[in-house]
Amino acid sequence: MKNRRQSTLLLLLLAGGALCAVMLAGALQPDAAADFSQKNLPPCLAHPFGTDWLGRDMLGRTLAGLSLSIRLGLLTSAVSAAAALALGTASAALGGWVDSAISWLIDLVMGVPHILLIMLISLACGRGFWGVTLGVALSHWPALARVLRGEALQLRQAPYLQMARRMGVPWGRVLTGHIVPHLLPQLWAGLILQFPHAILHEASVTFLGFGLPPEEPAIGVILSESMAYLTTGRWWLALFPGLTLAATVSLFALAGERLRLLLAPASAQE
Amino acid sequence: MTLEAKNLSFSYPHKKAVLERVNLSLRSGQRLGLSAPSGRGKTTLCRLLAGWERPAGGQVLLDGRPLSQYRGFCPVQLLWQHPEEAVDPLLPLRRTLYEAGPVDRTLLDGLGVRDSWLERYPSELSGGELQRVCVARALRPELKFLLCDEVSAMLDLVTQAQLWRFLLDQAERQGLGLLIVSHDDALLFRLCTRVLTWKDLYM
Repeated sequence: MKNRRQSTLLLLLLAGGALCAVMLAGALQPDAAADFSQKNLPPCLAHPFGTDWLGRDMLGRTLAGLSLSIRLGLLTSAVSAAAALALGTASAALGGWVDSAISWLIDLVMGVPHILLIMLISLACGRGFWGVTLGVALSHWPALARVLRGEALQLRQAPYLQMARRMGVPWGRVLTGHIVPHLLPQLWAGLILQFPHAILHEASVTFLGFGLPPEEPAIGVILSESMAYLTTGRWWLALFPGLTLAATVSLFALAGERLRLLLAPASAQE
Repeated sequence: MTLEAKNLSFSYPHKKAVLERVNLSLRSGQRLGLSAPSGRGKTTLCRLLAGWERPAGGQVLLDGRPLSQYRGFCPVQLLWQHPEEAVDPLLPLRRTLYEAGPVDRTLLDGLGVRDSWLERYPSELSGGELQRVCVARALRPELKFLLCDEVSAMLDLVTQAQLWRFLLDQAERQGLGLLIVSHDDALLFRLCTRVLTWKDLYM
């Protein structure tokens, strides 16, 4: 490895590649078929993660569940990051009562526990994929919005922005040409660091029964079903899906951290 | 044309007033020097005169009209003391220079701005080089008054002399009014048609 920047980039690419591979593998494989001759098998060569009480291959189900989680995580993070960028910059650029209103909204959403908010929104939207997506997307933007608002407020005072304004550059171009480019490093890192939250929260509401329906191969569904079988000694039903979920989440966290190291001004030159 | 400050007052939030009922008048073609010790509010006065801040009291008038009524390129421009803060660090200098419109080629040649500088980012140029780009950017045909706030403090003597010779020539050619702010009284007496001290602003 030549230098830290390259090794950081390599780790980032590896983490990204692993996540893409899981997402594609889960999305492209056929639905796991029930096969009663193969039910309740502990992990073996043909079924590395074992099989469940209907004889379905647990590796396939886990991959499908993770794939769904990653897609849901991507969608919700993108939506909440876009909301955070729009609200954060609007708050800083317009100031006055707009800023007060947006700050109040940030405090309000941050004041309600995430999991409760997701459950409420998900229930109100009729559960299912869209219920969970909306719930997670609408509850995860405030932290990032607050960071971006702070950054944009600080930028507003920068002499080069004043200079551009006095040179007659219109507000819209100051916003897109000067303010947004300075916010992008925070935005990308924030976006990726939101995946793990989004995925874990989706799995938790689904586990609690307020999220995705039982017929979806979601990790939360797999985990909550397997609870019933843990006491009968079928440990593999919960262990492997749980471990892979933890691994996926840490991969996202790792990727986000590497990206931050690459983009943040203080460490970008190392 | 005349640039006037009338009974100008200003204070930063939760602080004692920096300026209280300050008066100043600058005509086209005039080169006014302002000398005062550090921390008196020279830069604040320049920011107000260039329209960067709103005064708490009083007015900044350009030919009798409040400066805030002028739209687009402001005829009063401030040359910032720290040129590295006056250009966006994420943009190559070409973008910064031409951001508000075309710049006269002869200005760039006169200032000795090289084409290769314009491909670089601000962190890759020295303060003096950046200051020359900032001067070129400000000297548009619509410019009437140029406020120079310690613009040459970071330059070596030869470069200082070159910059001032160019600015004085250009001011003559365009009929600009200059406000030159500095600690350096010798410099002010050399350059200006009239030199004010801080006390004179309260007359």
